[in-house]
Amino acid sequence: MALSGLDIYKLLPGGQKPPHPKANCKECGFPTCLAFAMKLAAKQAELAACKYVSDEAKAKLSAAAAPPIRLITLSADGRKIEVGNETVLFRHEKTFFHPAAIMVRVPDTLSAAEIAKLAKAAADYKVDYVGMALQLDGLAVEAASGDANQFAEAVAAVRGACAMPLVLVTEDPGLMAAGLVKTAGVTPLLCAATAANWEAMAKLAKEAKAPLAVRADSIAGLAELTEKLVAAGVEDLVLDPAVRSFSGSLQTVTQLRRLALKKNYRPVGYPLITFPYLGISDPALEELLAGQQVAKYAGFVVLSKFDPAMIYPLLVLRANLFTDPQKPIQVEPGVYPINRPTADAPVMVTTNFSITYFAVANEVESSGLPGWLLVADAEGMSVLTAWAAGKFDAEKIAKTVKNTGIAEKVSHRKVVIPGHVAVLMGELEEELPGWQIKVGPREAVDLPRYLKTAW
Amino acid sequence: MPNVEIPVEKWIGSIRPITLGATTAEGGTRSQTVTIGGEKTLPFLGFEGKAPNRPRIAVEVRATNPAADWPAPLVTAWGDVLGDLAAWTRAAEGTDGDIIVLQLSANDNNGQKMTGAKARAALRTVLKTTGLPVIVFGVGQAELDNELLVAAAEEGAGERLVLGPCEDKNYRTIVAAALANGHLVTSRTPMDVNLSKQLTVLIHDMGMPLERIIVDPTTGALGYGIEYGYSVMERLRVAALQGDGMTQQPMIVTPGEEAWRTKEARAGEGVPVAWGDWAARAVNWEAMTAATLVESGANIVVMRHPEAVGRVKKMIGELMTA
Repeated sequence: MALSGLDIYKLLPGGQKPPHPKANCKECGFPTCLAFAMKLAAKQAELAACKYVSDEAKAKLSAAAAPPIRLITLSADGRKIEVGNETVLFRHEKTFFHPAAIMVRVPDTLSAAEIAKLAKAAADYKVDYVGMALQLDGLAVEAASGDANQFAEAVAAVRGACAMPLVLVTEDPGLMAAGLVKTAGVTPLLCAATAANWEAMAKLAKEAKAPLAVRADSIAGLAELTEKLVAAGVEDLVLDPAVRSFSGSLQTVTQLRRLALKKNYRPVGYPLITFPYLGISDPALEELLAGQQVAKYAGFVVLSKFDPAMIYPLLVLRANLFTDPQKPIQVEPGVYPINRPTADAPVMVTTNFSITYFAVANEVESSGLPGWLLVADAEGMSVLTAWAAGKFDAEKIAKTVKNTGIAEKVSHRKVVIPGHVAVLMGELEEELPGWQIKVGPREAVDLPRYLKTAW
Repeated sequence: MPNVEIPVEKWIGSIRPITLGATTAEGGTRSQTVTIGGEKTLPFLGFEGKAPNRPRIAVEVRATNPAADWPAPLVTAWGDVLGDLAAWTRAAEGTDGDIIVLQLSANDNNGQKMTGAKARAALRTVLKTTGLPVIVFGVGQAELDNELLVAAAEEGAGERLVLGPCEDKNYRTIVAAALANGHLVTSRTPMDVNLSKQLTVLIHDMGMPLERIIVDPTTGALGYGIEYGYSVMERLRVAALQGDGMTQQPMIVTPGEEAWRTKEARAGEGVPVAWGDWAARAVNWEAMTAATLVESGANIVVMRHPEAVGRVKKMIGELMTA
């Protein structure tokens, strides 16, 4: 976290005790060291303007300018994922920046054919959600067999089948080296260094220029390892807090995020990797723990299996929580023809919140019935929220009907408004003389039935 | 090893404890009561403060058979009991739920309009069948709800029921009925911290003690705006712990209702293969919606599918350890 103006002031000549001879010398162009410090904190001045600041202070200030959680990149054949660089504990404070990478475990105990099939299925998985293509991010190949050849073959099989970023999972440096041989074209994450193997793992990570995960079951243990690894020249690190249960994981990752952001504690300023399937008492709970870790505060989440019924909700949860609260996903206001509407097709109005739009459009589309969907500019809010905030009132709806020129496209003068804003009917009749206002269902899901029976 | 000092927030506020249900000794007929709230920290952060009462799951039952409206995975899970309120209530009690929600409908099984008398009969059946605390939800139509919920309030006098939802345009009659008969209310506002505070104040101003108001900040389902509800709930919790008195009510949300009206839960055919198996996905949708809300601070989640209930209950159990 960036230093405050007062923190910076303490590092400048004016903030020294006893005062530095050049305290408040004004040579930087500011009247006092404190004023200069405030400008530095606001990033409106450069530290170079002060000739008298000590080297030690310079080092502290430049360290403070680095992001509190390091950005880590995994790449493969042009595909890359980035995690880290987060700045808040709650999304409402600003936003979460880099969506947690969701990966699938590939144990090397599967046959080469099974591995190729699994890798291909995961790599090809793609699902559309409100116009976004949601995908899995990578594969975690695990040396479950304990055999170097088998692990190397498994990595080769994965590489042969797909171009996804990889995590290599083993605590045995010999196995890790065998796997690494087969990763040409990929910068994999090596997982994991422990108190027992860190020197050998550090060597492998340096040679491969690959990021390295460190595993320990306490925060102090993680910090000790990262300090050693940074001293050994490995800087791209990931933390694997081996506290895996719902409760343990939540508390540990919260503590890690707080230490990184609020205390600027560098030894834990790295993204996290989690393995939800290792923290549950019942396989049915894997998705819920994975969801918890997407929300709090994993950078990589490794799933035990490829199951679309589990992956789809999880990818949607991630898309939701990593949406910038200041910028709800919006669609362009205007008129949207669905199923080739003609002049007698129904006219419906909704808001430009993407989820609202897609809910309505999907229902009409799947009903097979033609319709004209008018999308009002409600600043990206859903019907109820926009109505409560005064962004979806009679005036706005009337304006949408007029501005879209729908009157020239249809032969009738009827418009359906969402059931949630039925109260606007009277007012809207005044705003839109000559139009019949019809109150539709509250929920999009009931639209097909409404269109069949009530239009 | 380095000596790492874990940052602990020193919260000054806490969530108000609220008890649902009254035993015979307390003037009701419940065999057990349920207390929610009392948290002195953000959800499940035991290292920081106490959370004496775990979040609870309320399971929905109806007097009017919903089989025609509900999607197959949900109808199959309950089977024939959907048409028999007493049997359904017994089955709901047999799940991992802690509370029964009687969700009233606008029409009865014969397509006739619901009346106060019918609502009374339904509540009587539920109260006779289960010893768990009971919540009664109206249909969301102001005029009809006033009739139904007043009748329910009288029928269940002394039971410490929860009546709801009270909304800004429709709370006076329901609050008055709850006050007169010793019940609690839910205060429902559309995903906004200030609106939630405001309605709590209005209901409190009618003489309703804060110990009898549960707020419903409203949620969207996973994929349908859950992030709004999620963040409003996190903001309410943080505000409560920071000492803002009108944000310290326990929270109730309805992930079951929200999740089961999404296309993901309702549609078995004509959807992308990438959505996966229908029944599994539908249950996952409800469980994931509910779980996410529990972790953002919900004290009660109202749910529908027994399997989703079981999973979320287990998750809560694992979160409450240590």
